[in-house]
Amino acid sequence: MNAADVAAAVLWTGVVAYAVFGGADFGAGFWDLVAGGDTRGERPRALIDRAIGPVWEANHVWLVFCLVMLWTAFPPAFVAVMTTLTVPLSLAVVGIVLRGAGFAFRKASVAIGRRRVFGASFAISSLLTPFAMGTVAGGIASGRVPVGNAAGSRWTSWINPTSVLGGALAVAVCAYLAAVLLVGDARRLHDADLEEYFARRAVVSGAVTGVVALVGIAVLAADARRVFDGLTGRALPLVVLSAACGGWTLVAVARRRRAPALSTRVTAALAVAAVVAAWGVAQYPDVLVGSLSLDQAAAPKVTLTWLVAIAAVAVIVLVPSFALLYTLLQRDALDDAATSH
Amino acid sequence: MFALSDLLPAREQMALTLGVHIILVPFGVALPVIVLLAHYRGLRRGDEVAMLLARRWSKVMAVLFAVGAVTGTVLSFEMGLLWPGLFDRFGAVIGIPFAIEGLAFFTEAIFVGVYLYGWKRMHPWAHFASGVPIVVAGVVGSFAVVSANGWMNHPSGFSLDAQGRVVGIDPMAAMFNRATLYEVPHMLLASYMVAGFVVASVYAVGMLRGRRDRYHRLAFGLAFGVAALAAPLQVVVGDVAARGVFRDQPSKFAAMELTTVTGPDQAMHLGGVLVGGRVVGAISLPGLDSLLVGFDRSTVITGLDRIPADERAPANIVHLAFQVMVAIGTALVALSAWFGWSWWRRRRIPSSRWFLRAAALAGAASVVALEAGWITTEVGRQPWIAYRVLRTRDAVTAAGGVWVSYLVIVVLYTALVVGTIAVLRSMARRWRLEEGAQERTGDRPDPEPVVAP
Repeated sequence: MNAADVAAAVLWTGVVAYAVFGGADFGAGFWDLVAGGDTRGERPRALIDRAIGPVWEANHVWLVFCLVMLWTAFPPAFVAVMTTLTVPLSLAVVGIVLRGAGFAFRKASVAIGRRRVFGASFAISSLLTPFAMGTVAGGIASGRVPVGNAAGSRWTSWINPTSVLGGALAVAVCAYLAAVLLVGDARRLHDADLEEYFARRAVVSGAVTGVVALVGIAVLAADARRVFDGLTGRALPLVVLSAACGGWTLVAVARRRRAPALSTRVTAALAVAAVVAAWGVAQYPDVLVGSLSLDQAAAPKVTLTWLVAIAAVAVIVLVPSFALLYTLLQRDALDDAATSH
Repeated sequence: MFALSDLLPAREQMALTLGVHIILVPFGVALPVIVLLAHYRGLRRGDEVAMLLARRWSKVMAVLFAVGAVTGTVLSFEMGLLWPGLFDRFGAVIGIPFAIEGLAFFTEAIFVGVYLYGWKRMHPWAHFASGVPIVVAGVVGSFAVVSANGWMNHPSGFSLDAQGRVVGIDPMAAMFNRATLYEVPHMLLASYMVAGFVVASVYAVGMLRGRRDRYHRLAFGLAFGVAALAAPLQVVVGDVAARGVFRDQPSKFAAMELTTVTGPDQAMHLGGVLVGGRVVGAISLPGLDSLLVGFDRSTVITGLDRIPADERAPANIVHLAFQVMVAIGTALVALSAWFGWSWWRRRRIPSSRWFLRAAALAGAASVVALEAGWITTEVGRQPWIAYRVLRTRDAVTAAGGVWVSYLVIVVLYTALVVGTIAVLRSMARRWRLEEGAQERTGDRPDPEPVVAP
């Protein structure tokens, strides 16, 4: 392990965290989107609001963290990704603006028409952003991002089999993860109807995710050979762990097992974390598959050392802070007071 | 080919997105202080009016923080989407401040989540304490981001070898560059001024319309008090900053002051434009520029004549922006002094309607000054993205299609600004209706302390 490996591990921890926390958040938006009209969708939407209100901003800072880590520790990789994949990344930006503003504005609004507009903006962009991010992941994983300022294709870098797989998988995984978490939230609030509501959706989205993942094996074998070899070789234990966790969660939710809510939440999150980690392990030591290794892209050691030192401070500051936030949330100490007063 | 044609839309997009974001910064950095002051008073003295203000302001903060988080995220994408050339060469030099900012932003987002949602169920003082990290993170984050901007104005912490490669990187020297020392306090004080004057202006309008109750007076006093403390300090910091620019960035300084010919005994120009290399329509104060910058009329100031034509900033924009900032800043200091005098002598807000009218304008004026100061710094740095090291045009993306993304951003940000204003206005309307209802039914907030200090 040299300094570049440590920095890469820190960066990838951020990517995994964004996939899990941001993913759950996007998925909640997906269920908001498909919750139906004002009357039918009112209760699930209220639960979604309550579940992500206090945490959504913190969940999305992971993305900024990843960007900063990438441009500081591996500048040429940052430049290549941002310039070749400009189109899907710009779409993601549009989604991020509409989503954040839509959610915050809806929360602060009372008039039903306005709430509908802001809500739609939040929900649709919850679909757009993870899909765009998934295509970006596919472009990198299939080796379509060469070194340089916009050296790759503007279109085929993200419109290709692996990218489409990435986009679909991202949306499916987010929806699945969020549904499982919302089952737990509904149970905590002793709302049996909503528990059943989200349990059904968790099962459906879990099954869809499984199918997409199985199709994905064939897609990767044909279109992203390097990563496929890695996933079936070095990273296989993580892939198996992910499949096992995802499958176990699905069965547990499907059988409406009154297992402690925590356990399905943890296994669902673990399933996502393991598959993203597996991608990283499969691609190692390349940062851009087939064209740039971590060592070639890495900033000088002094910069990496400072960066890792700041990451260590971040762990010391952020772990207790996050623990506080999520604990308060789980204890219902963070109640929504936004519409009163 | 693309690079040249995309430079303009890329700069416009950056200017628009940053120009919007910078207005939101004071409400993430300084508004929490004003909220916590009201909150503290509410808890300490059982002041229900102060508590009500803190609760309502925290809701405004929630909306503006969310919008600021979004526009801030857009900026971090734009670093790569628009200016890959900067990070390709210097990412390893100036990445560290951004990492610190990321840490600060994280902390801020977490505690904003706790603070905004903790009103009902948390222990009152624990809840108050959860607001304090927001303030600290605001200061740390501002320091980090502004130090990166300082680096663009005064690149340090590296050297270039014979082939122009970046070597000998020292991230700490880059972060603590000379411009950081004056840019950071300048921006922090500006944040406190903008947040204070803008919040106060809302209540000044209310008082002008006859709502001179304790709620309005307290709200105005707290917010205006914070701004009025920052304003005179800003004069000192601004003066240091101007001399820093004189020392480190002669091309920017020449543009700010419309100094055409290098030499001693330079006049200060009030107003005026540069037409064909000559200053037209300015009020000239002979020798004052040299005197202010070097405490001596013999101080030599570099003029535009010594700056190669392709290294000059657009002088008229920079000069106009600089003078607008200084003029508004001076007026705000005068207004602060009026407030301070009245407070010192009579412990109350000046009762003159002229004071309230001026205070009602001060909010918008402080935002204009903020934008003008930012234009002075950023346009004055041109044509360099990193002063005398990398030209802006050499850093722009080669991906093409920036006109398209710029147009999308224009539409998106228009909707964002309109949406923000609409939401804030409807919140204010709702609160006024509540007040009206309470007055009619006699259901005023309980004057007894709810929480024993």
